[in-house]
Amino acid sequence: MSSRPSGPSATPAAALLGGEPRVISVGVAVLAEALDRQAVPRVGVEWRPPLPGTAEALGKVVADPRRARANEIAVGRLISARPHLVGVRPAREVLGLPSGTFLHAGPPIDWDRASGPMRGALIGAVLFEGLAGDAEEAARLLASGRVTLDSCHHHRAVGPMAGVVSPSMWMFEVADAEHGGTAYCSLNEGLGKVLRYGAYGPEVVERLRWMGEVLGPALAAALALSGPVDLRALIAQALQMGDELHNRNRAATSLLVRELAPAIVDAAPGRAAEVLRFINGNDHFFLNAGMAAGKVGADAARDVPGSSLVVAMARNGTDFGIQVSGLGNRWFTGPAGVPDGLYLGAYGPGDANPDIGDSTITETSGLGGFAMAAAPAIVRFVGGDVADAVAATRAMYEITLAEHPAYQIPGLGFRGTPVGVDVALVARTGVLPVVNTGIAGRVAGTGQVGAGLVSPPAEAFTAALVALAAG
Amino acid sequence: MTTGTDLVEVRAGVYHDSVSLMRVSQALTARPGVDVAVVAMATELNVGLAREAGFAVPAAGPADLLVAIRAGSAADLDEAAEELERQFAALTGGGGGGFETAGAAPRTTGTAARGFDATLALVSVPGEHAFAEAMDAVEAGLSVMIFSDNVPVAQEVLLKERARERGVLVMGPDCGTAIVGGAGLGFANVVRPGRIGVVAASGTGAQQVACLLDLAGAGVSHVLGVGGRDLSAAVRGRSTLAALAALDADPSTDLIVLISKPPAPEIAQKVRRFVAGLRTPVVFALLGPGADDLTTATEKALRALGVPVPRWPSWTAAQATAPDEPQAGPDGEAGPDGRAGPGRGLWGIYSGGTLCEEARIVAGAGVFTDYGDDAYTRGRAHPMIDPSLRLEALASAEGVVLMDVVLGHAADPDPAAWLVPAVRAARERGVDVVVALVGTDSDPQGLRRQADALVEAGASVFVSNAAAARHAAALAGSAG
Repeated sequence: MSSRPSGPSATPAAALLGGEPRVISVGVAVLAEALDRQAVPRVGVEWRPPLPGTAEALGKVVADPRRARANEIAVGRLISARPHLVGVRPAREVLGLPSGTFLHAGPPIDWDRASGPMRGALIGAVLFEGLAGDAEEAARLLASGRVTLDSCHHHRAVGPMAGVVSPSMWMFEVADAEHGGTAYCSLNEGLGKVLRYGAYGPEVVERLRWMGEVLGPALAAALALSGPVDLRALIAQALQMGDELHNRNRAATSLLVRELAPAIVDAAPGRAAEVLRFINGNDHFFLNAGMAAGKVGADAARDVPGSSLVVAMARNGTDFGIQVSGLGNRWFTGPAGVPDGLYLGAYGPGDANPDIGDSTITETSGLGGFAMAAAPAIVRFVGGDVADAVAATRAMYEITLAEHPAYQIPGLGFRGTPVGVDVALVARTGVLPVVNTGIAGRVAGTGQVGAGLVSPPAEAFTAALVALAAG
Repeated sequence: MTTGTDLVEVRAGVYHDSVSLMRVSQALTARPGVDVAVVAMATELNVGLAREAGFAVPAAGPADLLVAIRAGSAADLDEAAEELERQFAALTGGGGGGFETAGAAPRTTGTAARGFDATLALVSVPGEHAFAEAMDAVEAGLSVMIFSDNVPVAQEVLLKERARERGVLVMGPDCGTAIVGGAGLGFANVVRPGRIGVVAASGTGAQQVACLLDLAGAGVSHVLGVGGRDLSAAVRGRSTLAALAALDADPSTDLIVLISKPPAPEIAQKVRRFVAGLRTPVVFALLGPGADDLTTATEKALRALGVPVPRWPSWTAAQATAPDEPQAGPDGEAGPDGRAGPGRGLWGIYSGGTLCEEARIVAGAGVFTDYGDDAYTRGRAHPMIDPSLRLEALASAEGVVLMDVVLGHAADPDPAAWLVPAVRAARERGVDVVVALVGTDSDPQGLRRQADALVEAGASVFVSNAAAARHAAALAGSAG
């Protein structure tokens, strides 16, 4: 090292001059080849032009002096959230929903633009609340505008698929032990003809009644006995057991049952068997609790001025919308795509509704499609092989701001899952979030027709970027 | 789609840089039976060029790859299409090793910085996109060389301001040359290690000085480019001061040469004040009328370190027209510089901006064009890589042509190969060709090998651009 005293701004640049350079090269191949011929250690960036029309906005957003720190704060809150399942309570009570108000998945939408499964679920919810005698009457009421529709996300809530929440439904209540927030999600109904996929027949309404009369109170009493369940720890374990926490929740559901079973038996001895049988008969039972866990973390990351972090990705069956930390409650939308996947029975792509549901909160928080590499057991179901799953997760590191410290993927050397989508990185790379999802039938009342992968519309991200650039 | 003997195709989402694609286009065009080949990103400019050439180009955007080939026969077209695929196959693969997620190259400089323990980023993406990549590097605590030109000056100021806060160095934008720790970045010559550091707001100026220092046996410690605008009133010498400070603190640097085109006067003052506070002596090579040329400044630096100044090599060809027989342009009309006889026209056909400026000042008269200027490089490769514009100029020149040929990494692998026939043709028209050959014997192209070929073809070759300009001016019968 130098025996000379260093000048005022000399230190870091002197480090550059003091050793052998190690270079990141991005751009013209001949310049990179010249480095290779000199045997200079180098890594090349596989650069592509940004999404069309975003160059100017990118320049402004990247230049924003608040951005780096704002994103650090926002994603720091997202990944430091410590969600705990603390209760199960009726929506009327916890969300203050009055009769005649219905929440739904995705960005706000009215009856006129609502898709088949969204309409079906709303009809079912009207019937469940006893506001109409039959489906036709329910549809007339919904079309009349005499009921209130609003986005779950506007009420600290998320809902799977159609995501319809009515006052009498019971909700998981998840509290963030780190930042103090609370979030809610309805209870999972199981598979087949279910409200969230747009079915509204008598068996659907009957099941919702049972959930309100038996399941909800039993879970509430059990939780009161057992105390809060640490969902962060449970999700971390489930990832290592082969779940990605969106399309596969088998391990997480099993862990939750194991955690709650003794308390359910103690709290509701007469109904414990039917409650446990119901939970155990549905591999996705955990999904809704996991969604509330994602929501409470994403909400903690909201409203950091200058941050380009995505705090919500959600679909209502017509639009795919995102919200961004630095842009308040504004939605940026594009048309929801039809998922590419496998279909149940005789159903095919022609029966599929465009993408629907708030379950993309799992991808928003670094799970689901982002954690595909952790779930080799489902990769065939959502298309492709294990290598594709690994590639999908790796691609997500390109558009995210952090790696989750608790959610790790054994197959990637326990690397944290990619978490915190940055609209600027989406625009720069053109890489869109990978979303795992179920597929709802296009026609109201059909239910689930399949499951697969879907890409969000790029324009939602470019619109948000342009809004950030406008400051 | 193929119609007759045209192949027109848009490949969505496929990207290659303009230099690589230009090489593919050249390889296809060079095939017998191929009339035109446009392989380029589908920018407005390139789509326009293809349509002008009569191709039916469908709608495409700048993120798509455009292929348009016209051949003499369907068989020729098929073969060209096969060659195209071979060329593309050669382009993909090999993005550098060492990244921990092997098999998936990083897509941004930021991701690369996360997975690779780098000290420096080299950014050469199109100028409108360079800012984000450079900012990634600065935010990751890395110095960055921005080779890209056409970067808005406000972005340059912002990057340099952020770099100051982070204590890293931003070289560029529009920084063609740097040598850091022995590694040549961008257009850089293979120069022996030595005790002289160079700070340059000028790429070819830095190459000229570094090569002369090498020829004198002195060599360089580091060459730090700062970008052509660094000493402007807008950028205020931010990187120049940072680079001077870094070299001042560098134990292997005993003297610094500072090279620039004339800076803004208040910035020149600021730099001189800063230099007065340094422990390391600084020799100024600020081009301008009455100021030292690069060769003279180099000689001063050598003398300051007690290194003998050699005779700078030159190889003078037998003249087609003796310099003491001045003649007018064709038919006795005005020469290309607008002057009528008795002097002959002097055409400066340069790839380096600083060399061009220096030659213009030294020669005193003539028409000088810097084909490396932004105006000529928008949408095409730098003339050190793509000689076509300069070849066109040489083919139509009269009188005396003065041009630079710059060797080194990333420059044309064998400029004499395309220059020799052009020089011969010019000589046959009675044109004198004077070449400022900037390079070293260790350069991949070899200084002597290139000089021999050019002299053999009838050019006069000088390793000093100033000497070349004086010679050309004398041949043209102008001041000099």
